[in-house]
Amino acid sequence: MTGRASAERAVLRLARPYLGRLVGAGLLATATELAGLALMATATWLLMSAAGQPPLDRLTVAIVAVRALAIGRGVFRYTERLAGHDAVLRMITDVRARVFATLAADRGPARRSGDTLSRLVSDVEAVQDLLLRVLVPGAAAALVGVLAVAGTALVSVPAAGVLAAGLLLAGVVLPLLATRLTRRTADQVAPLRGALAGDAVDLTHGAADLAAFGATGTALQAARGRTDRLARLERRLAAAGFAVDAAGVLLAGVTAGAVVLVALRAGVGGVLVGVLAVGALSAVEIALALVGAARQHTLLRAGLDRVAALLTAPAAEVTVPGGAAVGGGPHHVRLDGVTVRYRAGAAPALAGVDLDLPAGRRVAVVGPSGAGKSTLTAVVTGTVVPDAGRVTLDGAELSGYPAEELPRAIGGLLAEAYVFHATVRENLLLGRPDATDEELAAAARAAGLLDWVRDQPHGWDTVVGEEGGQLSGGQRQRLALARAVLAAPGVLVLDEPTEGLDPAAADAVLASVLDATPAGHSVLLISHRLSGLAGFDEIVVLDAGRVVQRGRHADLAASAGWYRDQWLLQEAAERGYLALRP
Amino acid sequence: MNRRPFDPRLLRRVPAARRDLAVLAALGGLTALVIVAQATALAALLATAIDGRLDRAALAGFLAAVAARAALTWAQGTVAARAAATVKAALRVELLAAVGAHGPTWVAGQRAGQLATLAGRGLDALDAYFTGYLPQLVLSVTVPLAVLARVGLADWSSALIIALTIPLIPVFGALLGWQAQAATERQWRRLALLGGHFLDMVAGLATLRAFGRARNQVEVVRRMADGHRAATMRTLRIAFLSALVLELVATLSVALVAVPVGIRLLGGGLTLSTALLVLLLTPEAYLPLRAAGSRFHASMEGLTALDEALTVTAAPAAARPGPPAPAPDGRGEIRFEGVTVEYERTTALRDVTLTIRPGERIAVIGPSGAGKSTLLGVLLGFVTPTSGRVTVDGVDLAGVDPDAWRRRLAWVPQRAHLFAASLADNITLGAPDTPPPALAAAVRDAALDEVVAALPDGLDTVLGERGHGLSSGQRQRVALARAFLRDAPVVLLDEPTARLDSASEAVVLDATRRLVAGRTALLVAHRPALLADADRIIRIEDGRLTELTPAGVRP
Repeated sequence: MTGRASAERAVLRLARPYLGRLVGAGLLATATELAGLALMATATWLLMSAAGQPPLDRLTVAIVAVRALAIGRGVFRYTERLAGHDAVLRMITDVRARVFATLAADRGPARRSGDTLSRLVSDVEAVQDLLLRVLVPGAAAALVGVLAVAGTALVSVPAAGVLAAGLLLAGVVLPLLATRLTRRTADQVAPLRGALAGDAVDLTHGAADLAAFGATGTALQAARGRTDRLARLERRLAAAGFAVDAAGVLLAGVTAGAVVLVALRAGVGGVLVGVLAVGALSAVEIALALVGAARQHTLLRAGLDRVAALLTAPAAEVTVPGGAAVGGGPHHVRLDGVTVRYRAGAAPALAGVDLDLPAGRRVAVVGPSGAGKSTLTAVVTGTVVPDAGRVTLDGAELSGYPAEELPRAIGGLLAEAYVFHATVRENLLLGRPDATDEELAAAARAAGLLDWVRDQPHGWDTVVGEEGGQLSGGQRQRLALARAVLAAPGVLVLDEPTEGLDPAAADAVLASVLDATPAGHSVLLISHRLSGLAGFDEIVVLDAGRVVQRGRHADLAASAGWYRDQWLLQEAAERGYLALRP
Repeated sequence: MNRRPFDPRLLRRVPAARRDLAVLAALGGLTALVIVAQATALAALLATAIDGRLDRAALAGFLAAVAARAALTWAQGTVAARAAATVKAALRVELLAAVGAHGPTWVAGQRAGQLATLAGRGLDALDAYFTGYLPQLVLSVTVPLAVLARVGLADWSSALIIALTIPLIPVFGALLGWQAQAATERQWRRLALLGGHFLDMVAGLATLRAFGRARNQVEVVRRMADGHRAATMRTLRIAFLSALVLELVATLSVALVAVPVGIRLLGGGLTLSTALLVLLLTPEAYLPLRAAGSRFHASMEGLTALDEALTVTAAPAAARPGPPAPAPDGRGEIRFEGVTVEYERTTALRDVTLTIRPGERIAVIGPSGAGKSTLLGVLLGFVTPTSGRVTVDGVDLAGVDPDAWRRRLAWVPQRAHLFAASLADNITLGAPDTPPPALAAAVRDAALDEVVAALPDGLDTVLGERGHGLSSGQRQRVALARAFLRDAPVVLLDEPTARLDSASEAVVLDATRRLVAGRTALLVAHRPALLADADRIIRIEDGRLTELTPAGVRP
């Protein structure tokens, strides 16, 4: 409960700069509803008074009022919608920027998965809906209700009591009921919908596997069964949900009828009875908007909680900039006895690893998967802080440098490089925003991407699809590699740079990238392939987080151990392969 | 895009929904009658109340009408929701069945994601259309008619004005709608681009961070979000303005009716109950039309999903000529005769001729994208040759029932899809009645036993969506276990060791060797390690096939 209340508080805190606009929108919404109510009441008064055939001038004010209210209602509604949307959209702009800034500042190993991130994007929309569809109309309906009861009380207190009871039922009890029903429906339907979405993924993405093993029919049968069960459940739950709407309709009519009865008993004048009855009917109908708002609110809850949790989390500690700013050019990175443990009690991902990477040195880290290669990359780039041991850059603690500037010194091609839905040029310029066309071409050439770029009708301005979808896996990898070459940090980290390329292409690209690395820049290569490592100053073999072998290629290939076994295996296979080329 | 408020294909394609839709229409008619009855009773009630009297009959009538309207509201909502559930279920089943009928090549790539979303959550957008829009659409026909009839009985001159002004709503709506639509379409690309930007930036955050650009990008995100806001407001302004115009049209129309009624009432030419009836009923005539118009926008998403689903499922699957020939047993010679495969933009295979003798192990090498996977796809029947043919034992595969032929094949794809089911179900894919000893043997042969031992519930461990929880090496071994269990005479392997580290590669290679022993095998090889055991090696580059095996070695 407290979590939910705080989610709303967090949203309102964000809304503070736009509070004036939002309150304005709320008042305009109230004015709209009030104008509608007054229009019906005044028109009824007018007609019922006219039946007494009074002189026309006694009705003039009411006639003018009806006209003004009729036009005013439309104009109020128009301005309210504009003002409300404008305020909320301005706020959403803020929320997006703040969500992004929070995510951007968030370093450390607890990375969010892609799914969580994309869900966050739609969660931001929940904030918009909370204000536009819940808070503003809800507040307006509540205010109109209070004013309607007050207005009725001026004529007849008993009638006001009846109206107040009707409004409480319509505006409080029914919304509570709707909330409970909506929650129950969501709880029952959600797991089935989730399972069905899983079926859809299996039948489409797994279509080939199912067809090859003749299992399409069985899978379809299972999906059909779940679909039918979902449909049956949805039909059953709808009956309960719409009972609330039916109760609302009944309530409006009964309240109006009761108001007539009570007002007549209390001796209210005939014309005013009509006004009260029509007014009560409108007031209850307006209060029923709260039922819709309550339903909406229930559905938004989860998304709101997630946004609020993100934005109210204690701000990530901002590292105080160290003495000197980090520049380009050569650097010296050193790891002393680095140990990383992701969970207390678990085996360490890295245990007592030493690594010296002075300017110009080239080191390759190899080993089976799960040996700690990725963790080592994360430690060197400063995204994982070791539990024990020291990491220094040019003699100073790495963690003392501003995170934002570190990539200029240490970086390159890290795991899961993302290709943005933008032009090739924009994707590359991410590496170095001020690069010239010559530098772009040089980096693309080194990664073997230049010919492809030149072949494209739009050249550098070719837009690569969402998540780089219009590129083949190989071109994607080359684009990411070119970006790393262009960035040219003093310590170039290459995490599996040739993944997705065939052996001959992989060797060629690795060689040309190394050639393109400026003298004095050091290289840290993470690889599961053992080709092209002869030129490296040191090869480090990791296994289960420990350094099991280190030395130059010639020495390692000559002495017994993991490296020699793998090397011989690969060499034999690859020679055969190369000999077979026509 | 389909912009009709009701897609007539729906009735034809989902006959189960016809009854619910007919009931919905009938309920719309009843609702209109009850609205008229309620206004009549209220007018009578108020007309007598002016003298301080209570008309008990009118009050009872009014309450009865209200109760009837409440019941109709419930029935209408329930029936609409039933129709939505029926239509969604029918379309889901049809969509998924279409995937089965068209085969994996049709569904591959982008379409897979689109279809999965559509069959999963996409169709749920139909709820808003059925429960929000469709009942209003019915009422926008029945209510004006009922109101016209009732007002016509009481006061024909008012009815005439209503009849003349009601068409103004759809006419203005259409005119404004076109305007708004044109404006929206101009904005659409911009809106989509700006809206997608935030998602793209969030998805690529790790990369932005890796280049130290994340914080600089905050300003860009704010600027783009602000651009999105401005563009959205421009479209909204037009939409709201058209709503205002429609409201004013309705208001003025009501005023056109009310003013003469008031004047005649003053002059004593009309009774109060008639005047009240006209006042209460006239706005009702314009309301459903406007409500339907304003809900149309909210139901667009559902209509688009409906259109997509109906279009996708309408595309006929390629028919096989004549009754299928009996499938060859797979122990004979496999011949590719001048096979060419053209895709929309590329040619994957060019005039490929290849003979695979029984028991031969053939390795296929070549750069990625050269056509190696297509070669296997043709043999699996996923891809139909544009020209040329494939024969097995002299039987043309084009005329064979694909399911029967695939029973002779075991396939290990590059990236096997694992299902959100138990590990055992994943292995016994297509053979759910496998006896436990056979399953255990397949697990052992595929070197999967240590993996099984490490899982909390062994073979009964339920995997996450797309096999979440297993490493690439472990997934590949599951695929091998499937192939072992298949025990087919022909084995097709598509780079089974791609993306594996050396340790897993060695294990998978050992299992692969056991699998191909004594069978006809076609192995697509990315890694050289696979080539050692091949009898022949062929290379495919740019869709063309070259035999690499030295002539003397060829058996």
